[in-house]
Amino acid sequence: MASSHQASGIQAGRLSSQDIVDNFGDLHPAYDAHEASVAADRCYFCYDAPCMTACPTSIDIPQFIREIQTGTPEAAARTIFDQNILGGMCARVCPTETLCEEVCVRETAEGKPVEIGRLQRYATDALMAKGGHPFTRAASTGKRVAIVGAGPAGLSAAHRLAMLGHDVVVHEVKGKSGGLNEFGIAAYKSTNDFAAREVSWLMQIGGINVKHGDGLGAGLTLDALKADFDAVFLSIGLAGVNALRAPGENKDGSRDAVEFIAELRQATDLSTLAVGRNVVVIGGGMTAVDAAVQSKLLGAENVTIAYRRGQDAMGASRFEQDLATSKGVKLMFNVMPVALHGEGAASEIELEYTSIVDGKVSGTGETLRLAADQLFKAIGQTLEGQPEGLVLEARKIKVNDTGRTSVAAVWAGGDCASGGEDLTVTAVAEGRDAAMDIHSSLMG
Amino acid sequence: MADLTTEFLGIKSPNPFWLASAPPTDKEYNVRRAFEAGWGGVVWKTLGSEGPPVVNVNGPRYGAIFGADRRLLGLNNIELITDRPLEVNLEEITRVKKDYPDRAIIVSLMVPCEEQAWKDILPKVEATGADGIELNFGCPHGMAERGMGSAVGQVPEYIQMVTEWCKKYYSKPVIVKLTPNITDIRQPARAAKNGGADAVSLINTINSIVSVDLDIMAPNPTIGDKGTHGGYCGPAVKPIAMNMVAEIARDPQTHGLPISAIGGVTNWRDAAEFISLGAGNVQVCTAAMTYGFKVVEEMISGLSQWMDEKGHASIADFMGQAVPNVTDWQYLNLNYVAKAVINQEDCISCGRCFAACEDTSHQAIAMSEDRVFTVKDDECVACNLCVSVCPVENCITMEQVAPGQLDERTGEVVSEGYANWTTHPNNPSATAAE
Repeated sequence: MASSHQASGIQAGRLSSQDIVDNFGDLHPAYDAHEASVAADRCYFCYDAPCMTACPTSIDIPQFIREIQTGTPEAAARTIFDQNILGGMCARVCPTETLCEEVCVRETAEGKPVEIGRLQRYATDALMAKGGHPFTRAASTGKRVAIVGAGPAGLSAAHRLAMLGHDVVVHEVKGKSGGLNEFGIAAYKSTNDFAAREVSWLMQIGGINVKHGDGLGAGLTLDALKADFDAVFLSIGLAGVNALRAPGENKDGSRDAVEFIAELRQATDLSTLAVGRNVVVIGGGMTAVDAAVQSKLLGAENVTIAYRRGQDAMGASRFEQDLATSKGVKLMFNVMPVALHGEGAASEIELEYTSIVDGKVSGTGETLRLAADQLFKAIGQTLEGQPEGLVLEARKIKVNDTGRTSVAAVWAGGDCASGGEDLTVTAVAEGRDAAMDIHSSLMG
Repeated sequence: MADLTTEFLGIKSPNPFWLASAPPTDKEYNVRRAFEAGWGGVVWKTLGSEGPPVVNVNGPRYGAIFGADRRLLGLNNIELITDRPLEVNLEEITRVKKDYPDRAIIVSLMVPCEEQAWKDILPKVEATGADGIELNFGCPHGMAERGMGSAVGQVPEYIQMVTEWCKKYYSKPVIVKLTPNITDIRQPARAAKNGGADAVSLINTINSIVSVDLDIMAPNPTIGDKGTHGGYCGPAVKPIAMNMVAEIARDPQTHGLPISAIGGVTNWRDAAEFISLGAGNVQVCTAAMTYGFKVVEEMISGLSQWMDEKGHASIADFMGQAVPNVTDWQYLNLNYVAKAVINQEDCISCGRCFAACEDTSHQAIAMSEDRVFTVKDDECVACNLCVSVCPVENCITMEQVAPGQLDERTGEVVSEGYANWTTHPNNPSATAAE
C-alpha cells in the first residue's frame, strides 16, 4: 500500500484506513482539565479587552477564562453562548490567529497568545457534555418568523428568536442543517460529527421547526413567506461558484473545491474517497487550504496551491498557510491558470506568472506546466438564487448593521449579506443581531 | 567571589542557608541529603521529652494556596513535633554532626514548662555535639493545647523563665523561636533577651485555615469530616515575617540581638532582604518542601552574584543595612513627590493599570481609543497601585518630582526640605516646627 499514493489518476485507498483516520484527527485536540487550567492562568483579565473587541460576536473572553480558572467551565460556557450560540463550532473553526488571539496582549508581550479558541472549546464542551440546554424560551409572543437557510446565520437567528418567544420555521434546501459547518470547512476541525450534534443541541431550545427540502425557487417565494410570516430572515449563503474562464476547465478531474469538501464532510468512510495523485488547487482562501490539505491527508502525492497574487494578499491566514506547508502542500504565488490540458481527463495545468500592476493582476507571458490529474477551483463563491426585488451591494444582499434589507419585514445575514467577513462567527453575530432587531420590530 | 561563610553565635556554616526545624530535618536520611545538596546547616526537627513520642494524624497534614499556574504560595500544616523516639533522634544527630563538622546542627526542643523537664533533656542534647538549641515556642497547633509551643511563646514571662533554665543547664547557644500569633513581636523578643537568649528566630507558622472543602463543609486538610487550624508558611508569609524581624532589629531594647530569620525564604533575594533587615542568617522550609533540596544552589549562586555586584565581601557587610531606613509612618517625608511613568515601549496595553486607577483609586490614568495608557500628572498621587498590578516588570515606574519642580496635582512647587506629619498643620497634635 505504501506506493499507492503514486498511482495515477483519481483513486481511493491511497493510504490505509488507519492512516486516514489518524490524518483526520482533531487539529487542536481538546484540552484536559490540567491543560485548561495552565492556559487559563495566562489570561491577564485585560480592561476593555482587545480580544473581546476583536471577536465578531463580542464574547466576554476575560470573563469566561476567569470562570474556567475558578473551576466553573459551565458558567464560562454560558458566558460564551449568551453572545454566540454556536460558540462550540466557533471554538473549532474561528481563525483566532487573525481575531481574538492576534490582539491578545500576551501575543504582544511574548509572541504567544492565550489559547482562547481552545479554552472556549473546553468550556463549551464541558457544558454540552452535561446534556440539557442552558436557555429557556420566553412566553410565546404569537409572532412567526421564517428563516431561509439553516447555516450559522440562520441557526443563530432561529435560536435567539425562539428564545425570545417567537415561533420559527427554518427552510433548508439541503437534507441536513448546519450550512457550511456541516458541508464546508475541513473535517479535522469538526470531528465526531460535531456540526450535527451542535445543531441538535441548539434545537433543544424548542420553538424551531426545520423544513428540509424547502428553498427559494424550490417551492418557496419571498412574497409567500412575507404573506405567511411576521418577518423573514434570509441566510441563503453563497450557492454559486466562480468559474476559471480558462480553456479545459470542465475536463474530467476538474471540480469546485466546495463540492469536494462537502463530499468529504458527508463521507462515512474517508478511505473510500478518491483523490488525484497530482492535485492542483486554484485560489488563496480558506477553501483552497481546506481542499489542498485534505487532498494531502487522503494520500495525494503532490498537492499545489496556485494563487494569482503574492503571499501577503492570500485570504488564508499565515497559520493556515503554515498548516498547509507542514502537511506537505506546496504554495505557489503569482501564478494564474491559463489552460487545463489532457486527453479527455485532465493531466496538466498550464499556469502563467503574474505581476501586480496598480493592484491588478496581469500575466507576464511566461508560463509553466504542472502535472494535474485533479484540479480544485477555489476562487470564491457568489450569491445565487436570491429573490427578486432586493437591492444588492457588491453582489450581495444589501443590509444595514442590524440586517435589514431594502424590503420591509425582510432581514438577511451571513455570507449572502453585505458587510463583514465570510466567517462562521460573523454569520452568528449577524443572525443574532438581526434576530434582536426583528424582535424589537415585532414587539415595538 | 563573595564569601558566604556565616558565623552565627560563633557557629560556622558555609552559607547562611539553614533548613528550619520541620519535616525536612526530621531524620538522618533527610539531613544527610540536605548537607550533600549544600545546605549550610539544619535545625533538627523538634524533639520532645523522653517517653512515648507524640502521634500524628493519619490523614492529610498539609493544605496549600496557589498562584497562577498552581505555584504554591502558602502552605499550612497540622503536623506535630517529631513522632520518633528521643533516643533515635539523639543517636542520629550525633552521627550526622560527626560526619559533617563544618555544618551547623541546631536541635529544636519542646518539653513541658517545668524546670525538671529541661534539666533532663538538655545534657542529652549537649552530648550529641550539636552546635546549639532552638526553643520551639511557636508551634500553633497540637502542642499548644498541651501547654507547650505557642502557649509558652504567647506569655513573655514563660519565655524568659524557660530561656533562663536552658542557659542554666546547657552551655552552647540558645535560640528562642518566636510565634507570630501575638500582637506585638517585641514583647516576646525582649523576654527572650532578658532570659539570656543568644538569639531569636522567627517567625514560626501563623494560625490559619487554608481553605474549606465546600462539598463536605470542613476546613482543609480534612481528617474524615473535621479539620483544624494549622500553621501557615511559605512565600505568602514573608512580608509578615520581615516586618517582625525589622521590629526586633530596630527596637532599642533588642537591637543587636542576633536574629535567624524564617518565613517564606524562597530564593536568594528573600534571604538578602531578611539579612538587610538585621538577620544573621535565614532558615528555609517551604521552598525545600516545594522544590527539593536542590533549591539551595540558586540561593547560593544568586546571593554570591548579587554580593559581588554590590561589592559585599561577606554577609556581615550588608547585614542590617536596611534597618535604619525602617521608620514609623509619621517620620516619612511629606515633601517627597513622585509620579507614575508608563514606558510605552514595554506596555502591552492590557489596561489593568487603568482599571485599577479608574475604578479603585485616583482616576489618574488616561486611556486613548487605540489603547495607549498615560499618566495624568495632575491627578497622580503616586500610590504605586498601577506598578503593583502591571504584569510587565518595570514597565511602570515611580519617578520623583525634583524639588523646585511643579507638582501639577497640587499646583505647588515641590519643597526642598524634609517635613513630616509630626509638624504638619493638619495634625492636631503637631509640634510647631522650630
